[in-house]
Amino acid sequence: MIRVDEKGFYGKFGGAYIPEMLHPNIEELRENYEQIISTEEFKTEFQSLLKDFVGRPTPLYLATRLSEKYGAKIYLKREDLCHTGAHKVNNTVGQIILAKKLGKKRIIAETGAGQHGVATATVCALMGMECTVYMGALDIQRQKPNVERMKILGAKVVPATSGSQTLKDATNEAMRQWINNPVDTHYIIGSVVGPHPYPEMVAKFQSVISEEIKTQLKEKEGRENPDLVIACVGGGSNAAGAFYHYYNVPEVRLIAAEAAGLGISSGKSAATTALGTMGILHGSKTLLMQTEDGQVVEPHSISAGLDYPGIGPVHAHLFDIGRGEFVAVEDEDAMKAGIELSRLEGIIPAIETSHAIHALNMIEYKKDDIIVINLSGRGDKDLDTYIKWGGY
Amino acid sequence: MNRIHTLFQNKQKQVLSIYFTAGFPELEDTVPIMEAIEAAGADIIEIGVPYSDPIADGPTIQDSNMIALENGMSLKKLFSQLEGFREKVSLPVVLMGYLNPIIQYGMEDFCAKCQELGIDGLILPDLPMHQYLEEFKELFEQYGLSNTFLISPQTSEKRISEIDQHSNGFIYMVSSHSITGAKAGISDEQKAYFKRVQEMKLKNPRLIGFGISDAETFQTASSFSHGAIIGSAFIKIIKDSKDLKADINQYIQSVIK
Repeated sequence: MIRVDEKGFYGKFGGAYIPEMLHPNIEELRENYEQIISTEEFKTEFQSLLKDFVGRPTPLYLATRLSEKYGAKIYLKREDLCHTGAHKVNNTVGQIILAKKLGKKRIIAETGAGQHGVATATVCALMGMECTVYMGALDIQRQKPNVERMKILGAKVVPATSGSQTLKDATNEAMRQWINNPVDTHYIIGSVVGPHPYPEMVAKFQSVISEEIKTQLKEKEGRENPDLVIACVGGGSNAAGAFYHYYNVPEVRLIAAEAAGLGISSGKSAATTALGTMGILHGSKTLLMQTEDGQVVEPHSISAGLDYPGIGPVHAHLFDIGRGEFVAVEDEDAMKAGIELSRLEGIIPAIETSHAIHALNMIEYKKDDIIVINLSGRGDKDLDTYIKWGGY
Repeated sequence: MNRIHTLFQNKQKQVLSIYFTAGFPELEDTVPIMEAIEAAGADIIEIGVPYSDPIADGPTIQDSNMIALENGMSLKKLFSQLEGFREKVSLPVVLMGYLNPIIQYGMEDFCAKCQELGIDGLILPDLPMHQYLEEFKELFEQYGLSNTFLISPQTSEKRISEIDQHSNGFIYMVSSHSITGAKAGISDEQKAYFKRVQEMKLKNPRLIGFGISDAETFQTASSFSHGAIIGSAFIKIIKDSKDLKADINQYIQSVIK
């Protein structure tokens, strides 16, 4: 069985390796979140916001031309059609209701591509809560439209200027600010990373993705289980959501597409399972790209959302026990796949998602296999990168 | 009995512990800085093992970590610098570091090396108590290393008592809701927290750190505890120093005057 244990571990990975200053916050969350999210009151509010605010359920769309090209029956789970343009909002809606029930007044968040930042700024506007988003200075440059969206929504965007100035550093900064403001502030982590209970909590909020896939596939194909589910993985929240109800269904293959950047052996990559070893980052024990001396290596990916040197502990576990199949997709191939999907299906995907599309070229499957690709986000934020890359 | 226990047996007031990052400002400054701290009259030396992602530290110590790493500092390098340091330094020495570089080195090898070199204790801010009890307590004891936990204004009295029970050296009281180097001065609210913990009559001595920078804050903190720890303010002194020995002496003298 794949599930988190009482101490927050998935097999060897997970836990809560945090400074004592954060212990009361993490304990408060751990002690209360399961009870709060299991109340009817919470469920009703969460479901109603997912339906009327986020626009769920998102379609499960049979991509005919893509299917024709790859010789399988390929469905796209259209998380790109969520309000704010990506799956990230499923989690922020859940956490903002939780934060309110815990009596918090302020929200902080980290963001890489800016999708989680926008999703957080959005729910803060919705609930009238103060919002500060930490974002790597490099990411602020390459995801400008999302920075502007956050500001329009009333959030404060604070650049993280240490290290590689990307997602890892934004997360460090958010954790530091939580240490500085432990009482009235809730930290909405955007991925299945961080100290227990975050990885499991975020996965639960995202599990609506695979819950819907089951129902929708049953309607369309008469069966709940596809042969393969494919998702991209940085920290791994969309993958966790798409895999969640299939973790313990062994006949469903789970394919995770990591970012190989300029190539696994180029030194400019974010392919954590290919290059990582057991370590501790952002409060959990997981696979981590690091030097022999235990210093975290600065990752590289063309997609800001995958530009992270670690991976959620649940994914490290899926890799470790062989339940997940991991492929590493290079920048160039992801960009091509993004353009390909745009022109075959009329859908411009986020560059993160493009990695999952390219995975079709890297795995074996049978002609009549049913494949679900989690289309985690739309490419509006990435137009600049696509235009520069393709000279459009 | 290790040097930390001996120190607190002989001195219960105004114990001054100085933190600096190994390999900063220059790679080979580590041992000379330790000698200068001892000569200037401080009581404990706390050596920071640099790490790429120090989440409990503010900008000053983040920068010193980054520069030390750029200078080529690592745990292996630090241990090689510390070979034979006990011939030059007699103060208690504590290593402070985040967990990841240490578990990559190997916790048992690390503890054995610390004992061999004459290190007295460890402060590992991201090692939570239950994990320590489960995985590492026996090792620390086997190699005669005292372990220091942090507490903050948010830590419940129940948890402080537990921490006191499992500590054997001193307790590190984080002075406020903050990362290192964040605030100036000590507020009434902080004093109330110092007093609350003081009245708990813990078995371990308490040192107050974070936001201690000069004689005034040192004296105030010491009036509620056994002493205090200075980190960021000391890093600022050595950062631009042209004469480490003289500047360290002058600074520490100005604090303990």
